[in-house]
Amino acid sequence: MSTPDHPARSRMDRRTALKWIVTAAASLPLLDRAALAATAPAAKAAVGYGTDPDLLKSYKPGDVWALTFTDDQRRTAVTLCDVIIPADAKSPAASTVGVPDFIDEWISAPYPGHDKDRVLVVEGLAWLEAESKQRFGNEFSSLVASQHRAICDDICYLPKAKPEFKRAAQFFTKFRDLTSGGFYSTPEGWKDIGYVGNVAIEKFEGPTPAALKHLGLA
Amino acid sequence: MPLITASKTQPVYDVIVVGSGAAGGQTAYTLAMEGVKVLMLEAGRNYDPVKETPMFQTTAQAPLRGTSTPDKPFGFYDSTVDGGWQVPGEPYTSASSDPSRQFWWWRARMLGGRTNHWGRISLRNGPYDFKPYSRDGLGFDWPIGYDDVAPYYDKVEMLIGVYGANNGLENTPNSPDGCLLPPPKPRAGELLAQKHAKKLGLPVVAIHRAVLSVKQDADTIPAKLHPKNPTAQRILAESMRARAACFWATDCGRGCSTRANYQSTTVHLPPALATGNLDLLPNAMVREVTMDENGKATGVICVDKITGEERALKARVVVLAASSAESVRILLNSKSPRHPNGVANSSGLVGKYIMDTVGARLGGQIPALENMPVHNEDGAGGNHVYVPWWLYKEQLAGKLGFARGYHIEFGTGRRMPGMGATSGMTDLTNGSYGRKFKEDARRYYGSFVGFAGRGEMIPNDDSFCDLDPVVKDKWGIPVLRFHWKWSDHETKQAAHMQQTFAALIAELGGIIQSKVEADGANAIEPGGKIIHEVGGTIMGTDPKKSVTNQWCQTWDVKNLFVTDGGPFASNADKNPTLTIMALAWRASDYLMAEMKKGNL
Repeated sequence: MSTPDHPARSRMDRRTALKWIVTAAASLPLLDRAALAATAPAAKAAVGYGTDPDLLKSYKPGDVWALTFTDDQRRTAVTLCDVIIPADAKSPAASTVGVPDFIDEWISAPYPGHDKDRVLVVEGLAWLEAESKQRFGNEFSSLVASQHRAICDDICYLPKAKPEFKRAAQFFTKFRDLTSGGFYSTPEGWKDIGYVGNVAIEKFEGPTPAALKHLGLA
Repeated sequence: MPLITASKTQPVYDVIVVGSGAAGGQTAYTLAMEGVKVLMLEAGRNYDPVKETPMFQTTAQAPLRGTSTPDKPFGFYDSTVDGGWQVPGEPYTSASSDPSRQFWWWRARMLGGRTNHWGRISLRNGPYDFKPYSRDGLGFDWPIGYDDVAPYYDKVEMLIGVYGANNGLENTPNSPDGCLLPPPKPRAGELLAQKHAKKLGLPVVAIHRAVLSVKQDADTIPAKLHPKNPTAQRILAESMRARAACFWATDCGRGCSTRANYQSTTVHLPPALATGNLDLLPNAMVREVTMDENGKATGVICVDKITGEERALKARVVVLAASSAESVRILLNSKSPRHPNGVANSSGLVGKYIMDTVGARLGGQIPALENMPVHNEDGAGGNHVYVPWWLYKEQLAGKLGFARGYHIEFGTGRRMPGMGATSGMTDLTNGSYGRKFKEDARRYYGSFVGFAGRGEMIPNDDSFCDLDPVVKDKWGIPVLRFHWKWSDHETKQAAHMQQTFAALIAELGGIIQSKVEADGANAIEPGGKIIHEVGGTIMGTDPKKSVTNQWCQTWDVKNLFVTDGGPFASNADKNPTLTIMALAWRASDYLMAEMKKGNL
């Protein structure tokens, strides 16, 4: 679990990571459950930021609790983030503004609900790799755009996903929500989506004439 | 007299005020400005919004993009310190395991209490709201009417700064000239709703919120609030001049470092402290009121949360302003052989008739708001408009099937994008991703609206709190046990809200985003969830049928007052905080007059 790219980022110890993989493995036939179970010890529970955190400080993923992704998982996550939010004329790709780190923070958080997301994401990333190898004989991060589409089109919308893709579609839905929330909460995302607030102004004038015209209220 | 530690308290005070929120802040302010020596006790830590408020911090700078967690139930940047639905080490219990019969109790253990994160909606009760029993035979009349409270609404609005407008609508009182600050212009979605709501007969008008849309008039207001008291006038004028007008950014729930909105910590406490008449002791958890053999209160016993030591503090008068349920807890825990059921409880009604506000919501997506030209809609960090209850006549005629009304609050706008920026979009886009997803996000951002109903609950015999016979908090103090039940009046009202919101979304040409519940029991929020906890020490004209009189003075103990929401005899749809402050000011005036007469 070396982290050459991000030496400063705190990482979960191997035992904790293994424990989570075991949890994920419960519905993941690709992994050898018996072998993993044999190595799973009790992990020390991570704690949150408490009921009186410093609100003025700027936090980065890994500052409060240890992160989850292995290098392999991270590589898959980076690719998928950018399949969901690629660079275009208006804004950069999700991975360039820290979204994979945010997703890692999210699935590693010691709060209720996040453990379920952790299982879904870790399992889903493994499924994506297995599916890539099975269909195209290559890692997800090495596929070309048309190959990414071939897989993602099958899992991008849960109500229309075939039965064999339902679980993967649940994962994709969650991963898209996390990628979107992570991206649109950055200054780059704000600019892209058209949020121009969070600045002090002297007078609040209501909608602009253009906005009123758009609504037929001008 | 300033912020102090436990070893610095005076041997005896004129008045001890327990709690530092809307009620404690207003009580201490009124007393200290008029020269009364006050000790304020707060169970939480000291808190300074000027230094601690994350004004422009972005969600990307917060863990989990600022989303809510059990540590911070209203999100990372919510100003609440050491609080929420659960406070570690300070539990409460529920008499029922049925979720529909449980009460959620929000507390904030910090100076200023819940006024720090509060939504700042400041609506006056109307004339009907003080005499509900006379109007429809349900619940209780208050021993006072609108005219008794109106002068205090005027004063509070002038003191804290409330934006709004007078519309002359039924049971929705106008304020005299000079009380209200100008309301901000409506946002795009609010304007659109205003246009379409008209067809349904819903009046969309400026809401009233405790935010300075412009600076207060520090030249004339102080003399109106403190006639013949030049010292108080000078201190208040200085405090008003130090408050900035809103700069139309950042969510009010974070608090406000420029003091542009009302929180006890930026509006009530600075001038009260400047008088030199207020000692303020944080981390002081009050356990009980102490009594003498003549049936008078002598002070309180509190736990110093830093050292764990118990301490007795003395005063000529004790005012409980700890939140209605916490004040109930203190009264019930003040047990002695002379007062086996706690003090001020000869009626047996302490803890009875607790109320919250009926809440239900529905969201919609409005195509007309898609692809809106980019503009800044942050505004005043909360609603600019609302719909006051509009069906008084139909209701009185028995046409609605439930007895009391509700108002509608709006959630619209191009708000700071966070984790929910594109939620609700998946079904509209068939699960798009890639460049298409980015185009969809631009199209749909700001096109989602939410309508929330806030309605009156009628007090009932099944909604009360008492002491849990077993459970104690970490300080060894017995905790509250809640009993709760909505009546058909509330659940039918919640169902009506659902129908109204669905009709409004349809009128807007929108798509309803969740199930419209025909059964209000499925739509109504749990008791306590709206955090409008009132009742428990209700006021009345008969000592056998109420705990307090019209002055918030307990019938049994004449030098013991409750100035929080406890004395509310009903809980109108109007959010309670403004009325809490008006009644606290009124009670404090009476307290001082009685003190001067030697009656306390």
